[in-house]
Amino acid sequence: MGDYFVLIISCILINNILLAQYLGNCPFLGTSKKMETAIGMGMAVIFVLVMAGALTWIANKFILIKYDLVFLQTIVFILLIAALVQFVEMFLKKSIPALYAGLGIFLPLITTNCAVMGVCLINIKEEYTFVESLVSSFAYAAGFSLALILFAGVRERILLARVPKPLLDTSIGLITAGLLSLTFFAFKGMV
Amino acid sequence: MAKSLVQEFTKGLWKEIPPFRLVLGLCPTLALTKTVENGIGMGAALTFVLVCSNILVSVCRKLIPGKVRIAAFIIIIATFVTIVELAMQKFAYPLFLKLGIFIPLIVVNCILLGRAEAFAYKNGVIPSIFDGLGMGIGFTLSLSALGAIREIFGTGFITIWEKPIHVMSDAFVPFAFMVEAPGAFVCLGLMLCVMNLLGKK
Repeated sequence: MGDYFVLIISCILINNILLAQYLGNCPFLGTSKKMETAIGMGMAVIFVLVMAGALTWIANKFILIKYDLVFLQTIVFILLIAALVQFVEMFLKKSIPALYAGLGIFLPLITTNCAVMGVCLINIKEEYTFVESLVSSFAYAAGFSLALILFAGVRERILLARVPKPLLDTSIGLITAGLLSLTFFAFKGMV
Repeated sequence: MAKSLVQEFTKGLWKEIPPFRLVLGLCPTLALTKTVENGIGMGAALTFVLVCSNILVSVCRKLIPGKVRIAAFIIIIATFVTIVELAMQKFAYPLFLKLGIFIPLIVVNCILLGRAEAFAYKNGVIPSIFDGLGMGIGFTLSLSALGAIREIFGTGFITIWEKPIHVMSDAFVPFAFMVEAPGAFVCLGLMLCVMNLLGKK
């Protein structure tokens, strides 16, 4: 139990997927202008990433390794993720329209979110067991949402501030992200 | 054809230079610019994949039905990424280790899908090659520039092919912040700011 706790803390705070591993930065800057979109994107990532983590782990263990096809990993993973996203989208549209209304527009974006693919690859690389990869997928996704929501909060305040013209928009966004990353950097001494 | 091939090529170098103007493909831009060498390696790998996928997409553009085009693009891109991955493992193993999971992650780099969708699917083979080359070289240049700034200020010298070249004098105290994660964000933000300043003239 203690191991899982350490794993969760290190995935959420110390190795934060956005600010320490630099994965998933395009949606990070793209969907953080408003709090609502940030929450939607965060939830959609948690939802998809846990499923993708489980699915790619199973595919890797029982298909790729068994038949000695590990060199096809990249293609298989991206197709699995793309198919999964499509399936989740259709499933939600049909059976849980309320959730679809909230997450719908973010789902297609997730296919090209490198955080999802990145975590799946990290799970394989670190040789996590099935339960460990489930836990780490969830924790990485939670870390993603945490950073995204914090960042969106800061960014909404920046809109009200007077920013020098050349720094507007993405530029000030990146510098703010740098400061946020600095705060997460402080967690490095924890474990 | 409205634009000449030269224009297709040069637009990737300044007017639409990928990580700055389009704000696409940020993850490798941030993660792999600790040193100039990594930047160049990543840029070269991406340029290769981009040119090849642009060629194939534009050759097949009449065959791919509109509804499944995204899936088709992804398969094409993933194929070339696998080729690069295996080739690097064989011929440039130290670089392969340094770039790590960012090589398979070229698949999800938005620049590739973006160019396939916005350019190669609508244009002929020759313009697509030039577009891919221009974008790829623009990407490589910006990665190396960012890498150079971070490496010079962060360590005081530039290492190219295992040979350190001293840039700063011995009295220079390395500004370690630059080679860590927060430095990447701040440095890229400041570079964007400088580009905005220059671009207005």
